[in-house]
Amino acid sequence: MNVLAMPMHRFIDHHGKLVNPLPEWADLMTLKGFYCDMVLTRSYDNKAVALQRTGKLGTYPSHLGSEAIGIAIGRALKKTDVFIPYYRDLPAMWARGIGMEKNLQYWGGDERGSDFSPDGEHCRDLPFCVPIATQCTHAVGVAAALKIQGNHHVALVTCGDGATSKGDFLESLNCAGAWNIPLVFVINNNQWAISVPRSIQCGAELLSDKAKGAGIEGITVDGNDVVAMFDVIAKSLEHARKGKGATLIEAVSYRLSDHTTADDASRYRSEDELQQAWEFEPIKRLKSFLIEQGAWSEQDDINWQVHCKEVIEKVVDNYLGITPQAPESAFDFLYEQLSEDLLNQRDLIINKAMRMQGGDHG
Amino acid sequence: MAEVTLLDAINMALHYEMAHDQSVIVLGEDVGDNGGVFRATVGLKEKYGCKRVIDSPLAEALIGGVTVGMATQGLRPVAEFQFQGFVFPAIEHLVCHAARMRNRTRGRLTCPAVFRAPFGGGIHAPEHHSESVEALFAHIPGISVVIPSSPQRAYGLLLAAIRSNDPIMFFEPKRIYRTVKSTVIDNGEALPLNTCFTLRKGRDLTLVTWGACVVESLQAAQALSELGIEAEVIDLATIKPIDMASIIKSLEKTGRLLVVHEACKTCGVGAEIIARISEQAMCLLKAPPRRVTGTDTIMPYYKNEDYFMIQEDDIVDAAKLLVEGWK
Repeated sequence: MNVLAMPMHRFIDHHGKLVNPLPEWADLMTLKGFYCDMVLTRSYDNKAVALQRTGKLGTYPSHLGSEAIGIAIGRALKKTDVFIPYYRDLPAMWARGIGMEKNLQYWGGDERGSDFSPDGEHCRDLPFCVPIATQCTHAVGVAAALKIQGNHHVALVTCGDGATSKGDFLESLNCAGAWNIPLVFVINNNQWAISVPRSIQCGAELLSDKAKGAGIEGITVDGNDVVAMFDVIAKSLEHARKGKGATLIEAVSYRLSDHTTADDASRYRSEDELQQAWEFEPIKRLKSFLIEQGAWSEQDDINWQVHCKEVIEKVVDNYLGITPQAPESAFDFLYEQLSEDLLNQRDLIINKAMRMQGGDHG
Repeated sequence: MAEVTLLDAINMALHYEMAHDQSVIVLGEDVGDNGGVFRATVGLKEKYGCKRVIDSPLAEALIGGVTVGMATQGLRPVAEFQFQGFVFPAIEHLVCHAARMRNRTRGRLTCPAVFRAPFGGGIHAPEHHSESVEALFAHIPGISVVIPSSPQRAYGLLLAAIRSNDPIMFFEPKRIYRTVKSTVIDNGEALPLNTCFTLRKGRDLTLVTWGACVVESLQAAQALSELGIEAEVIDLATIKPIDMASIIKSLEKTGRLLVVHEACKTCGVGAEIIARISEQAMCLLKAPPRRVTGTDTIMPYYKNEDYFMIQEDDIVDAAKLLVEGWK
C-alpha cells in the first residue's frame, strides 16, 4: 500500500473528500486561512529556490510538501509556548510571526536571520537546528525549564524521519517520558533522509511506535491533511499544558523537493514515485475541499496567487536591501565580553576588511 | 576556621549559589540522592528539591543538550558529567550549540551553563576515567575552560562560572579532590575568570601549571629553592582565555619559561602558551622554553599509571636544565 494512503488520523483525503466529521474548531473561515497560509509559504519556497539558482541565496532546503505540518504547528502554538525547529520549518516559523526575511537572511549567510527579537513576542524560540536530532535534547531542556518555572507553557520540537534513528532523538523521548514534561515531538516523516528511504531507516512499522518504549503517547497523522495535523497538535499541546506529559506525533508526508538545492533526488528516487506523491500533497486536497464547500473558487485562487507574488517580491526586496553585517560581527556575539586577544583579532579583521574593500570600513 | 577539601569547596559554592539564585539548577547522573559519584552535590536535593537538583537518565548527550535547552530559557544549569572521559557523547552539544548560541542568535539567546567534570589521572581509576583533554575544549570558539587547583579557587571560580553568561567547561582535578585542604571563606565572593594566580614568587624561572600538577610544581619549586633556583609558580586556572599578560610580566623578571601539564604534549595548552610567548615576548627569553607534559599515549591502566604521571623530579630536572643548561 502507498504509505501516503494508509489508514491514519485524517479528516480530508487526497481527493478533498471528508472521511471523518470535521472537528468543531474547523469552520470554513479557519480552513480558508490555513489554505492561504500554505499557498503563501509554497510561493516563498519556489522563490527561495529560484534565488539560490541565481546566486542570491546559499544552499536552501525546500519545504515543498510539508506546508500542512508547518502551518498547523505555527497556528496551534501559543505565542508564549516555545518552538524548537529543524531546518525545514519556514511555514511554522512564519505562522508564528517570524518574518520571511529572517529565513532568507539565514540561508543567505547572515546570522541575524536567527535573531527574532525585533517582534519581541517569541524571542525564546530556538533557532534552526542543522545538526540532526540534537534539537530534541534541547527541547527536553526547554520543556523541563518551563515545568520548573511553572508557567504552563509547552515546548514543541520538530525533526525529520532520519533524525528518529539518532540517539539524541531516542534519549529525548526516553527522558520526556521519565520526567513527564510539557513537550510535543513532531516528526516530519517525509520518507527521505537525503537519499535513504524510510523503508531502510528503521524496522518499526510506524515511527510513532517509538513512543511506546518511552512511556508516552504516539500518534500517526496524515501530514498532508492540515485539519488532522492541527487537531492532533492542538490536543497534544493541551495534554501537555495540563501536566499530562509529552506526545510523539508522526506526520506522514512526502518530500516533493530535493533534500536541498545541493541535492539531485533523481539519482535515487523514481519519477513515478514522485508523481504519485504529488497526488497526495496538502494544498490541492484542501483547495478541492474548499471549492466543494463553496468557500473558495478558481478566481479566488488566481487572486491569492497574485497577492502572494506581491508579498514575496517585497520580502525579497527587503532581503536584498539589508545592510550587510560588519565583517567583525563574528566577534561581537561570541562571548558577553571579549578578551584582549580576541579584541586584537577583531582589529585584524577590521583592517583586513578595509584592505579588501579598498577603502574606509563603515 | 576549619580547613576543607577542594571537593567540599565545590559543594559549598553550589550551596551558596543555589541559595542566592533561584535560576541555578543542578543536573546529571546520580547528583540527587547520591550526591554525585564524588559527593560534590551532597545535600543539594534535600535543601533545594527535585525540581532544582535533577537526576538525569544515564545519557550524556542528553545531559549536554538538556543543559543547553534550559540555559536558553533563563535558567543557569550546572551539569555534572561523572568523568571527563564521559563528556565525549555530549561534545556535539557543547561545540555545535552551547558554544554558538549567543553568536548564532546575535545575543537573542545565550547559554549561561556550567559543564562540570572531574578530570585527570592518578587515582587508579578504570579505563576512560583519567583523561586530561582541556586543550580539546580550549580550541572551541565560544567556550571558556576553567580548572581550579585549591579549595578557595574552586569555590571562587565555580561561583564565577555559574554567574557567567557564557558556557564554561569546569574541570576539577579529582586527584586532589580530597588531598588538598585549606580554609574557604564562604562569602559568595567570586574570582575572576581571566586571571592566573601567582602561588610563589621567584627570580629564576616562571613555572606555569594548572590542576593537580600544581601540587608537584610547588613541591618542585621548594626542592629547587634548596638548590638555589627560585621558581615563580603560576596557576593558570582559566585555561581559556589565557592570561598572557601575567605570564609575560613574570618572564620579564625570570626570562625562563617552564610549562607543566598532565595532558598530552602535542597540541596541548603548553604549546599554545609557548607559541604566544614566541610571538609576543621572544626577546624576554634567556633560554628556549620547556614543557613537562603527559606523553602522547593513551593513559595506561593503573598498574603502569605512576610512570605516566608527572613527578616532582620530572619538574626539577626540567627546571635545572632550563636554568643551569643555559647560563
